[in-house]
Amino acid sequence: MSQSLDSYLALSALLFAVGTFGFLARRNAIAMLMSIELMLNAVNLAIVAFGAFVPSLRGDASVIALVVMAVAAAEATVGLAIVIAIYRNRRTPLVDEYTQMRE
Amino acid sequence: MPMELLVTLVLALPIAGFGLTALVGRRLGTRAWIVAVPAIVVTWAIAMVVVWTALSGGFGTDGLHFTLYQWVPAGDFTIEANFAVDNLTAVLLIVVTTVGMLVHVYSIGYMAHDPGRWRFFAYLNLFMFSMLLLVLAGNFMLLFAAWELVGLCSYLLIGFWYPRPSAAIAAKKAFLANRVGDVGFALGIFAVWTTVGTLNFTDAFERLSEGLAGGQIEAWAITGIALLLFCGAVGKSAQFPLHVWLPDAMEGPTPVSALIHAATMVNAGVYFVARANPLFSLSPEAMFVVAAIGIFTAILAASIALTQNDIKRVLAYSTLSQLGYMFASLGVGAYVAAIFHMTAQGFTKGLLFLGSGSVIHGVHEEQDMNRMGGLWRRMPITHATMLVGSLSMAGIPPLAAFFSKDEILGEAFKNGFLWVWLVGIVVAALTAFYMFRLMGKTFYGPSHVDPAVEPHVRESPRSMTVPLILLAIPAALLGLVLGLPFGAGLIGQWLEPIFEEAQLNLGLHHEPVQILGVDGVLILVSVAVATAGLAVAIRLFGFHWPLRGDDTEAQPERVAALTARAPRLYRASFRKWWFDELNDLLFVRLGGRVAHFIWWFDRAIVDGTVNGIGDVVQGAGRDLRRIQTGRVQNYALGIAIALIVMAGGFLIVTAR
Repeated sequence: MSQSLDSYLALSALLFAVGTFGFLARRNAIAMLMSIELMLNAVNLAIVAFGAFVPSLRGDASVIALVVMAVAAAEATVGLAIVIAIYRNRRTPLVDEYTQMRE
Repeated sequence: MPMELLVTLVLALPIAGFGLTALVGRRLGTRAWIVAVPAIVVTWAIAMVVVWTALSGGFGTDGLHFTLYQWVPAGDFTIEANFAVDNLTAVLLIVVTTVGMLVHVYSIGYMAHDPGRWRFFAYLNLFMFSMLLLVLAGNFMLLFAAWELVGLCSYLLIGFWYPRPSAAIAAKKAFLANRVGDVGFALGIFAVWTTVGTLNFTDAFERLSEGLAGGQIEAWAITGIALLLFCGAVGKSAQFPLHVWLPDAMEGPTPVSALIHAATMVNAGVYFVARANPLFSLSPEAMFVVAAIGIFTAILAASIALTQNDIKRVLAYSTLSQLGYMFASLGVGAYVAAIFHMTAQGFTKGLLFLGSGSVIHGVHEEQDMNRMGGLWRRMPITHATMLVGSLSMAGIPPLAAFFSKDEILGEAFKNGFLWVWLVGIVVAALTAFYMFRLMGKTFYGPSHVDPAVEPHVRESPRSMTVPLILLAIPAALLGLVLGLPFGAGLIGQWLEPIFEEAQLNLGLHHEPVQILGVDGVLILVSVAVATAGLAVAIRLFGFHWPLRGDDTEAQPERVAALTARAPRLYRASFRKWWFDELNDLLFVRLGGRVAHFIWWFDRAIVDGTVNGIGDVVQGAGRDLRRIQTGRVQNYALGIAIALIVMAGGFLIVTAR
């Protein structure tokens, strides 16, 4: 375990960048949801890293991390449910084919 | 109450006749007159009772005033339908109902073959109602309503033969010219309301003169109100510069010309100025304008009448000229003379128009006097009655218009308006000339009637000749009955109390007439010039001497020679001093240009701005819509880029 906050933040930034790229580049709805999870977890990692290295933030950081996890879980649930519902109708997971509400 | 009831009936019968004829007239066929004419005859009888009561002093000096109902109840602003019958109204009632009744009877024959006759009689009845309302009205608002109603009837009747484009255009022209005057009239009424807060004639005039005396109302305000109201009179009585509509109004059926455009409606302006005498007499400037416009119209119209060839147009210009006389008379403060002349002119001109209608009927709808001539043998009654009318119009004693015209000229001279008198004398000579030019071209000399029509020319039916005879009686005798002795006749006794206040305002006092002095000379001068004009016309256009039984032959070659000696003047008169052309240039061409520019401005600048804003918004929306793809990833990309820019900016700023 590294002793430097910077390395955790660097990892977090890397993970966030991967998530962002995935969200912007992938056309598969499931993959996009996964990318969102990745970004949320990157942020969570940054939060707990701050909590571990800054004593005054320790308690708050854990609480925020737990809240983010709960939100992420809820978001994933709802998102997946929507994707599955659309998939049943459209028979495709690709978001650029979901054009029914345009024009 | 009985008198009030009678006055109400005078108004109710014509409007009822109008309603009935308009509703069921079409089914009555050739008997379309069956409601309309009896209604007017009864109206005439009732009106005569009212007139008799009024003139014998039954209503006192102030006349009969009564309110029928509250017309406009609007808080502080209330207008009542109130009527006033005084001696002035009574004199008007005589002319309106008598000529109206005779014209109605005459129309039975004149319109017998017209398929639209039910419409004609309905309009005539509506006109009678409007005109009677106009003379009976006791306040400005009611008068204005009647004023517009007679205008409407005039429009409808000028355009009676509306399939003819010239009739439709003439109707429009009359309506528009009247509208110009009525704008001023309406503004004048507004001004009266804002200045004194009442529209009742008696109250308004009283408060105006008290206000002027007390200093609350400025003198220029009085002049302004008087001139604005005079605008309406100029329009309705066809004075310069709005005179152009009256000659064209002759497109209407001849009974209409006689009733509306000679004997009654065109007198409305004269009547109104006389009615408003307490107001006008407060402003010497306004009186001057009235006199100047009147006498100018008189000479202008008389000079045009000299050369016109359409029989009805000559009479129309003659009407204009006589109306000019009346306004000149009002302007010099000779109110009684003006109303006297109006009465005399009403009967005489009504007679002349009905006579011309009989002639036109006789020669099968020909109005050009160059295609008439020698008709006196074929139409003896028409000829005799028209001769009486023409002599009266020319101012030959002892016929009606002689007395009234002479009184106007005499008063103008004695009240110090020498220029009015001078112009008036010239007009008197011209009047005698053009009336006998008309007689000569129509009735004397060789016949120029279309040979195909010539054998069928005969006297008109009884329903047309009887009104002519009945009208010839007042045209001949009215002056003797009302005008003698000079300056103290019946008409003066009736009307002088009404104009007393005005005479006082103007500082005029009634002098006894010196028949062996100045008045006698004036009478001699005016009779002399009238006779001279008449003699010249007889020399040039011919005459048939009834007692001697021989003819004075027409001399067309001398007429041609005279015309050739003053070609410019002849052309000016023949082309009516180019007033139609001037109006065309000013209002149709120049006004059209202005209107066209304004239209362009509206289209290009105003609409351009509004549409431009719309186009910009629409275009922006159309272009910006592309951004809204509905793809969440595009939005997310936008968020990411913005975030990077913001974070980068933050870093750069904090790094400094």
